[in-house]
Order: sequence, then C-alpha cells, then structure tokens
Amino acid sequence: MTMLLIGVFLLSLLVITAIAIVRSEDLFSAVMLSGIFSLLMALNFFLLDAADVALTEAAVGAGVATVLLLAGLRLIPPKEAPGRPLRALSVTVIAATALLMIYASFGQPTLGDPLAPTQQHIAPWYIEKTPELIDIPNIVTAVLSSFRGYDTLGEVFVVLTAGIGVMFLLGGGRGKPFSRLDSQAEQGLSGHLIPKVMARLLIPFILLFALFIQFHGEYSPGGGFQAGAIFVAGIILYSLVRGEGLALSVIPPRALLLMSAGGALLFGSVGVAGMLMGGNFLEYSVLAENPVIGQHIGIIVIELGVGLTVTGVLLSIFHAFAARD
Amino acid sequence: MKLLGLFNYWVFAVLLMIGLYALISKQNLVKKIMALAIFQSAVFLFFITMSRVDEGTAPIIQAGVANQIFSNPLPQVLILTAIVVGISTTALGLAIVVRLHEEYGTVEDDEILAMDRES
Repeated sequence: MTMLLIGVFLLSLLVITAIAIVRSEDLFSAVMLSGIFSLLMALNFFLLDAADVALTEAAVGAGVATVLLLAGLRLIPPKEAPGRPLRALSVTVIAATALLMIYASFGQPTLGDPLAPTQQHIAPWYIEKTPELIDIPNIVTAVLSSFRGYDTLGEVFVVLTAGIGVMFLLGGGRGKPFSRLDSQAEQGLSGHLIPKVMARLLIPFILLFALFIQFHGEYSPGGGFQAGAIFVAGIILYSLVRGEGLALSVIPPRALLLMSAGGALLFGSVGVAGMLMGGNFLEYSVLAENPVIGQHIGIIVIELGVGLTVTGVLLSIFHAFAARD
Repeated sequence: MKLLGLFNYWVFAVLLMIGLYALISKQNLVKKIMALAIFQSAVFLFFITMSRVDEGTAPIIQAGVANQIFSNPLPQVLILTAIVVGISTTALGLAIVVRLHEEYGTVEDDEILAMDRES
C-alpha cells in the first residue's frame, strides 16, 4: 500500500514536470526539466521492480540525453518564439483521446495482478528455463542477450545507424574531422578550481563503476547498454571540465569509429560463429563443449559488443555536437 | 484500492496526450523533439507497468531462495533497449534541427515553411 502511494506521488510529479516542459518558453529550463523528468521516470521504474530499466533511464535519460540537448542548444536560439494561443481543435481531440484511454483502462488488469494475460504467456517459461539453460542469475540479461538476441542485435544496429546519421549531418567521420579542436583557447571549465577537483575525484569511480556494470551484468542489474551510457557520462564529464581536445586525445575519433562499428561487428560475428560451429545464427550453446558454458561465452562477448557500440556512438554524437560552431 | 491500481494507466494516457499535444501544436522544433521524448517515455511507463507482479522482485535469481516471485522480465528487456535507441534517435533529430538552423536561421517550423514558400 505504501509503495502504491509513493508510486502515485511520483507519477503525479511526473505529469507536473511534463506540463512544465511543454509550457516553458525558455528551452534551457525545458532541458533541465526533462532531466528531472527522466530521473522521476527512473524512480518509477525502480518502484515497479525494473532495476535494469531504472539504471538505463537514469544513466541515459537524466545524464547523457540532458548533456546532448544542452550541446545542441548551444547552436540554436535559446528561446521559443512567443507563444501562440491554445488551439481549440487540438485540445479537444487530445482531451477526448485521453478520456477514451482512461475509460479503456477500466478493462485493464490492475497494477501487479499476477493473473494478467501478460504474465501467462512466455515469461514464466523464461523464468523457469533461465537457471537450467543459461544459468545466470539476471533473467533480464539472459533474455536480452540470449533468448531474444535478434532484437538486441537489431537495436545495436539502429544505434549505430543513428550515430552514422549524426556524423553525416554534423561531421566527425574520417573525412570530416571534428572542426573546433585546433583552437588553442582554454576549453571547458578548466579555469574553475572546484569543478576540476570534483571531476578528478569522480571520474575514475564513474569509469570503474561502468566497467563493473559491464562485466557484472550477468549477476546484478547491468549490461552493455547501461555500462556504455555510464562510461560515456564519465568521459563527457571529463571533456566538460578539461575541454573536448583533451577528451579526444584520450579516446581519439578513429578509436570511436572503430568502437562503434567494431562492437556491432563483434555481436554479428558471434552469431556467425554459432552458425559455423553447427548451430543457428546467434545460438551460443554450440560455442563450447558444455552448452551452458557456451551461453556464458556468448553473453559476455555480445555484451562487450553492445557496450563498445553504445560508448562509441554516444561519445561520437556528443563530440559532433560539442565541436560544431 | 482497485482504482489506485489503475492510476499508472491514467498517467500513461495523460503523458501520452501531453506529448502528442506538444508535438502537434508547438512550432519550435526542439520542443517537438522533447515532446516526442515525453510520448516515448509514456509508452515505456505502460510496458513497465504491465511487467509488475504483486509480491514480486526484480527478476534476478538469488541463490538459496526458493519459490521467489519475479516481475515479468520481457517488457523490461524491450524497454531497456528502447531507451538507448530513443536517445540515439533524439540525437539524430537534434542534429537535423541544428542543420536546419544553419540553413534557415530559425528553428520555428512555421517560419521555415514560410521561407520555403517564398523561394
């Protein structure tokens, strides 16, 4: 009951924040509010037992997305054009649709109903078979990387494609290097002592935590997606404080490209390796003598591929925005 | 009690519609991208709401604990990857907005349309 009330409170805050995002004419405050929105969303996910999703939303939504939007905002006017009046037609349609959906919700099973149709099909099978077939504690990781590896492979390629698109639009590929890096001017917050000292203390731990999330993802909430986002957050903090030039000498643009493409390639080649060893595409059981060990090998390698691609793509996107004049 | 159990779905409906409203009525392209993100988050909330099971825990098996009840891992997997795909598409949209601003000098879509009609 208490949990339910906390949930209601957090969800109400979520709605208020969403309205504030839509209403604020200052884009900077809208971006900050969207960071708060993501954090509230992460808390909600955590209350609803989705630890992995909460971790991802906190790292990606509240961390990386906010910084990317800010980096984009630097290049465009910070204010929205003066407001136009509410349009009667769109408000009516929207309100009617919302009421219709709320009416339809009375036919939905209530929150947490164990007899809901969603809980009957396939999920019990995953929960029952994971210890036997894959033998790792985190069922989410098992489903993500083994049972539904096709989905994940597709999503990794979507992320890679989005990264390629951003680099085509803003520069950052091999032919078009990040433009602003030659300037010798002092970049970032390097003139400010407190952010500098704090960042120096925080960054090693953020990177270490990202590696922990990456390699401990089979046992606790985590995996390649979250680890990539947290790693990127650490490097972005470094480049905010010390300037993009230094950050790019730590991980050069060429390495970023190799990571983005190499991660996706690694994922795909694990699938092909499975085929060459007599199984189906993305079937890890054949990778070793013992099928369970084969699953472990497959999962570790593809999670590494996911982590590399996410890190490479998100960092390339950040640098593409940050280096644009 | 029964009604409170549906609160998540109501918030889903309201958030979805807030996002959709901003998407169709706001002229500023960055606002439109943010509206799309709100819309998307509403869908995430809907999926994760469906995954919850009473008395359940996050789907991570603890050694030595028998008969644990787990929340449904499948919606969580779908949403986990969707979040990362969401940020990538947001970034792509933002990159297009930045390029539009370089060409047209504005990010309001009615002004961009007016310029297109003139030329």
